[in-house]
This record gives sequence, C-alpha cells and structure tokens, in this order.
Amino acid sequence: MLNLLLRYINLMVLTIAILVIISFSLAYMFPGDTLTNISGIVPQSNEQRVALEAVFKLDRSIFVQFWYYLENLISGDWGVSSSSQVSLLEEISIAFPATIELITYALLVSIFVGIPLGFIGGIWHHKPFDFGVVTFSVVSYSFPVFWLALIFITIFCLQLGYLPLSGRVNFLYDIPHSSGFILWDIMRADIPDKKDAFLDALRHLILPTASIALVTTAIFIRFTRRSIMDEMNKGYIEAAKSRGFTTKQIFFKHGLRNSLLPILPLMAMQISTLFTNAMVVETIFSWPGIGNWIIQAIYQRDYPAIRIGMLVVSVFVVTLTITIEFISRAIDPARDKFQRGAV
Amino acid sequence: MNPNAQLRIIKSAILLSFSLILMLGCSKQKTQITQAGITFCSEGSPASFNPQLDTSSTTADASSHQIYDRLLEFNTDNGEIEPGLASSWLVSNDGLTYTFQLRKGVEFHDTPYFTPTRNFNADDVVFSIDRWRVASHPYHEVSGGSYPYFQSLGLKNTIKDVTRINGYRVEISLYKPDSSFLANLATDFSVILSAEYGMNLLAEGSPSNIDVLPIGTGPYKFVSYRKDQFIRYQRHSDYFLDTIGPEHLVFDITPKSSLRVAKLITGECDAVAFPSQNDLEIIRNRDDLTLLERPGLNVGFWAFNTSKPPFDNPKVRRALALAIDNTSLLEAVYLGQATRAKSLVPSASWAYQPNMQDTGYNPVTARKLLDEAGIPDNFTMNIWAMPVQRAYNPNAMKMAQLMSTYLADVGVTVNIVSYDWARFRENLTAGMHDSVLIGWSADNGDPDNFYRPLLTCAAIPSGTNRAQWCNPEYDALIESALKIEDSDERRIFYHRANQIIFRETPLVPIAHAYQYQAVNNQIEGLTINPFGGIRFDDVVRK
Repeated sequence: MLNLLLRYINLMVLTIAILVIISFSLAYMFPGDTLTNISGIVPQSNEQRVALEAVFKLDRSIFVQFWYYLENLISGDWGVSSSSQVSLLEEISIAFPATIELITYALLVSIFVGIPLGFIGGIWHHKPFDFGVVTFSVVSYSFPVFWLALIFITIFCLQLGYLPLSGRVNFLYDIPHSSGFILWDIMRADIPDKKDAFLDALRHLILPTASIALVTTAIFIRFTRRSIMDEMNKGYIEAAKSRGFTTKQIFFKHGLRNSLLPILPLMAMQISTLFTNAMVVETIFSWPGIGNWIIQAIYQRDYPAIRIGMLVVSVFVVTLTITIEFISRAIDPARDKFQRGAV
Repeated sequence: MNPNAQLRIIKSAILLSFSLILMLGCSKQKTQITQAGITFCSEGSPASFNPQLDTSSTTADASSHQIYDRLLEFNTDNGEIEPGLASSWLVSNDGLTYTFQLRKGVEFHDTPYFTPTRNFNADDVVFSIDRWRVASHPYHEVSGGSYPYFQSLGLKNTIKDVTRINGYRVEISLYKPDSSFLANLATDFSVILSAEYGMNLLAEGSPSNIDVLPIGTGPYKFVSYRKDQFIRYQRHSDYFLDTIGPEHLVFDITPKSSLRVAKLITGECDAVAFPSQNDLEIIRNRDDLTLLERPGLNVGFWAFNTSKPPFDNPKVRRALALAIDNTSLLEAVYLGQATRAKSLVPSASWAYQPNMQDTGYNPVTARKLLDEAGIPDNFTMNIWAMPVQRAYNPNAMKMAQLMSTYLADVGVTVNIVSYDWARFRENLTAGMHDSVLIGWSADNGDPDNFYRPLLTCAAIPSGTNRAQWCNPEYDALIESALKIEDSDERRIFYHRANQIIFRETPLVPIAHAYQYQAVNNQIEGLTINPFGGIRFDDVVRK
C-alpha cells in the first residue's frame, strides 16, 4: 500500500515538475520582454527595470531564476496580469471557484439523472424504455458542447426569452465575494432581496449546467447500463434467482453495489472532461470562470496570465486524475490493472 | 419493484423537474432591485475613471456624466452652453479674462474611501485645471502625465493663469482670445475633481488612486469595478440638481456587439451602446425595443490632394465632385443610416447652414469641365480607401468601388489603394495620395472643431488636413470667427467659409452618419448625447 502511495506521489510530483518547467520556459518562449512575461509589469524606466530584474533574479543564472520562480509560485506571489495590473492569484481565486461551481452542479445533475436512467435501461434492457434511454444517450453524446450551448441560447433566450444568456447573476445584485460559489455567497450575503438574487442565480445556472451535463449524463448512462447488464447476467445472480429471491431483492442487495463499484472511478475520471467542456461553455455564456478568463488573456496577449492559467488548470487536472486513480486502486485492490480502465 | 411503478416514478420526476425549470424560467422577475436599477451594456473597459487622461468615448461614457460635473454643460438639443458647476460667467471685453461664479452647496461624493469635509469651491476648479496645465502640479505626472485632449488643442498655451478670487469665484486669463474656450470647458474632458481628496491621497502616498477610485460631484457615486466585467454606481443622494435617475446603475461590459444586442433582447441589458449596422433591423422589428438615432457630430468626405497636379485645379476637383451621385452612396454604403452632408458641420451644430447649396450629380457638366481643364479621356487617378470602419464611413472600400464606376462614366480610371491603418495615415500625412475617403468626428459642439483641423494651413503638418489645402482667405475667416463671442455673428463667418469650400472644393462632403443606441421600452429619458458621453441622470424605468 505504502509502495503504491509512493509511486503515485512520485508520478504526481514529476508531472507537476515538468509542468512548472514548461510554464517557466514559456516566459522565455512567448514573444516580447521576458521580464514583462514573468512579472506582468512593463518597466517605465531603466531604474525600475533594474529593480524588477533584481526582484525576479533575472540578472542571475537560469537555475537561480527557476529556483526563485518556484519559491514565488509556492508563496503565492504569481505576478500581476499585464492587462489589469491585478495580482494573478487574486484573479484566479475569483475565476476558479466559478468553474468548480459549474462542474459541481453539472456532475450532480449527471449523477442523479444518468445513474438511475442507466440502471433502468440495464435491468429492463431491450425494452421500449431502454431503447429510449439508449437513443437519448447516443444523441446527446454526439452533440458538440459548444453547438448545444448555442442552440440552447437560440431557443430559450432569444426565441422564448425565458432565461438569461450571460453571467452568473444580474449585476444589480451586489453579492460580496467570499467563497466564490455564487449560490453559497448569496445565502451568506447580507442583502435585502436574497431570495430574488438566489432565484436569479439559479436561472443563470440552468443553461450552462445543462449544456455540459448532457454529455456527461450520456456517458454515465452508458457506463451504468453496461455494468448492470454484465452484473445481472453473472452466475451468482442466477443462483439467487433460483433460490427464489425477487428481482428487487437481488438488485438492491447485490446488483446495485457490485455494479457501481467498478464504474465509480470511471465516472470520477469524467470530471476532467467536464472541466474542459466547462471551459468551452463559459466563453459562450460569459460565465466568469477560469476558461473564460484564459480566453480573455489570450485575446489581450496577457502572457503572465496565460502562463499561470495554463499551469493552474493543468496542475488541477493532473492532481485530480492521479488522486482518483490512487483511491480507486486503494479501495478495490483485487482487480488487476488490466481490468481497470487506463488513466 | 415492478417496471410500471418505476416508470411512473421516472415520469413524475421528469415532469417535476420540467415544471420547476419552467417556473423559474417563466417568471420574468420584477424584483425591487431590478426595478430600482438600470443596466447599460457598454462596449469596453474604461482606461481609467478620469476623462482628462483619455479621449476615448469608453472612458468618457463611464465617468464624465456619471461621476463628474463640469463648469459648463452643453444643451444636448441645440449645443448651446449652459451653466454647470458655474452658475454664471463673465467674459471681459477684450475676450482675455473669464470670470466664473460658482454654485454653492454642491457636495462631493461620500464613499467608503473618502468622506468630504467641505463642499465644492474655487480650489477644486483651480486644482482640476492646473492638474493638466501646470507641469509642476503635484498631480501632473500622476497616471502617466498625458492629457491628450488639452494637448491636441494646445490649451496649455492659451491659458495664462487660473486664479481663485474668493471661495466661489474663479478667474481664468488667456494669452489670446479664443471663442471656443467656453465650449472646451463644457466637453467631457473638462471635469472637476476634488482638491481635498487629492490632498488626502498625497498625504497617504497613493495619489494614483484619484483616477481609480474617483470622487466627483456628479449624479452617481462610484461603487466598484472589475475589468471586462462590470462597473457599479449608486445614486448620489445629495446631488445639487433634482434628478430622477435610477438608484443603482450598472455598466455590464460586453465587447461583442452581437452579444450586447442579444442581452438587450433577453432583458439583461436595458440599453446598449453601438449596436452594429447588421443588428439595426432586428432592433427596429421588435416591439419591446427602441432604436435611438440622431445625426452624429461627424462628417465623412472625399478629399483631394490639392498639392498635386491636376488636383491643384479647382475646376478638376469640381468636375470630379459633379461626377459622383452622393445619394446612391448614402444608400449603398451607409444603408440609409446617414444624412447627406453639404458642408463640414452636421445639423446638430449651431453653425449648420440649412440653405447650403449642393454640388449635385451632373456627369455631362463634369466631362465638360474636365475637357476645359485639359484632362484627357483616359486619365487615371487613385482613391485611397481607409481600411477601418468608422461611423462616418462604415465601408470605404465599397464606396471607392462605387465611385470608380461613376468616374468611369466621365472617362476617369480609378485605382483603389489601401494600407494597414497606421501606414495609411503615415502615407497620407506624407501626401502620397491623389484623393482619399476618410472623415472626422468632433468632440465638442463648437464648429471650430471641424473647420480648423480639417482645412486650415496649420493643420497640414499635423496631418488632419487631408486635402493639403491652404487658403489664406479661409484661414483668416476661421481666425476671426474665433475672436468673436456671439454665436450669431460667428455663424456668418462659418457660412462664408462654407462658400469658399464650395467654390474651391478641396473636399467633397459625403455624409453625416447617425449615432445609435438601443433601449428597452421600459426605459424612458435616455437620449443620445451628440457631445460625448452617455448620461443617466434623467433616465427612469416605467
């Protein structure tokens, strides 16, 4: 077990180290002044340039520079955005929770819709309802996310006018930023029309959540349906049936648990898919999350922001993937690695 | 569990969730705060909250008429100058001394970052003007130290001194008479800052905050700003005028024009800036939206390089002007979103001459004039078409193509030339063109802002006189017009200048383009301010 843990930590540290090296070298590879790419500040005078170079150790060898770069990363001193001159750590700590919030709700929707539908389809497979479920999952799996988002906007916002098409909440509600999760912040906020603000935030959430949840729901349906079909056709289920248990008893006692266990890690892996889809959908719905933020940084050639944004997102995905992989190995060590889905 | 029971549960769950969505969706909310507030979708982030530092209309929209007041204001209907923070003013007989009587009891904004201890007085006026005027002023170098509007007009060299006579009286003395001086004080850029706030910030050692966390006397207080996201304002409850504007004002920064219009349709914006030409029809066709339009303070024209033969011959310029059917250009290029220009100033200016004669369209006379001037039948010239879109010319390339077919009718062959914008202007200033399609947008209601930069001799080196045309008679008229205060008398000079332009045809005025704003029908009182930034002090929600 310890061996396994060490192996995974090793993998994670190495991957992150490579990412940090890439992000460091980006400061040199991006066009323009390396000092500006690292600090986000365009020096106004020669004295300022010298002072900044001393701060970022640009006058020292590349290894010393890298060491200080690492130190700054760890201490949270990530430089400033060259377009807004606001600290990158601050900007990311506002944008990142917005994305996490979006994928959390999408994940919840996918779990509570996808898994039950998958079970029903799997248990009564090749029945009309199952065909319906399979059709639904194939169709929604095939939609490109950005296209779906645009169709949603056309129908629900522009044609019917039911739902708003951009942002997290009407800007007239001045919600103080604390956790970064809008619904939670509204509940905690000390504002007069809390209930209206909450409903308004919910209305803003529906379309972006639906656009990214649909694909993941389709994937969850297929995983669960396949898994329950395999499980319910195993020998021990047949044996249970012959001993006179009802389908209901068999399903809840054995089928549910045994079929969920192997697919849970697969589902957790979908978080990174969800994350990438969220980044696409954010730009369409002007959701102020990390994806939208990076796209804006690219438009404005804000190299410090692109560099740090890329690092934060990739470290997040790598950490998440490796952690899930480790947990699934740890809780279910019996299956060998060939049965488990590859990372 | 039997399958049917399961199906029933699923069905009811689906129904429930759909009805929940519909319930959330259909109830278009009319809550207290959305009733009391107005959301304006603007096109970009302001560079700062001080329009002295920037001539872009985005900065002016976000600050000039929200946060600040000026000594004088333009009447948005007729462009006349009205009292602002100055309740009255006196001009000495020689036109060199201006005395302003200031309004009493005007309060500055009380915000979490500044609590004023005194009302507006003469010190604030001296502080605000000296900031851009006096190089040794403690705030002159703050936030870059560049004041483009005042620099372009050379106001530093016009003003001799700004002195405080008493707490509510200020005297400004000039080196030479300048009748556009009052108009310059009424532009978006001549805002009045708080001297007390400035001193406090200096003591705290954070002077640059004056342009980031602004304090003014205007109808709205600054609340918060996040770049590329929003600007929040709150009504200044002690504003010196009775305003009926909304309690809360939000600028939702949306750079994409199609997205702004989409948000207007869904009701997320109450008003939008700069709807694109393609979206105008959509807005007009909707019953719940109104498209505001009015002729803007701009002019699009076709200028000849009069320093180059044969364009130094007025007869040739006249002939070429007669060969073009301007009315069809208005329809094809401006899609009807412009009015025909006969002289430099549009009808929004007081110097507009309604009875001005038109060059007209007459290819036969054009050919005759060309023959008289000795221009052969296969004469070739170039038309430079500017590579960017502007309100005064949304598609110069298309216009040039249309013009080339007209000119072909009178036996003139046209080569259309275009470069990237920076090189285009560089080569224009160098005088490499035969003729050019370009235009001008003014920043104040004063006609001098059109006549001087576009056609005077002094404007040739600075690059705004695209015709490279220098006429002493015209220059004398423009100079004398500036020495006179009375606008009726000044108008006569400008009308005489129009006659010279008509006779000499250094350029062919083509169009004054409309300005557009789109609003939700629930909003009342929003108008287009032809003299600059948007104003919300009289806007209400029905």
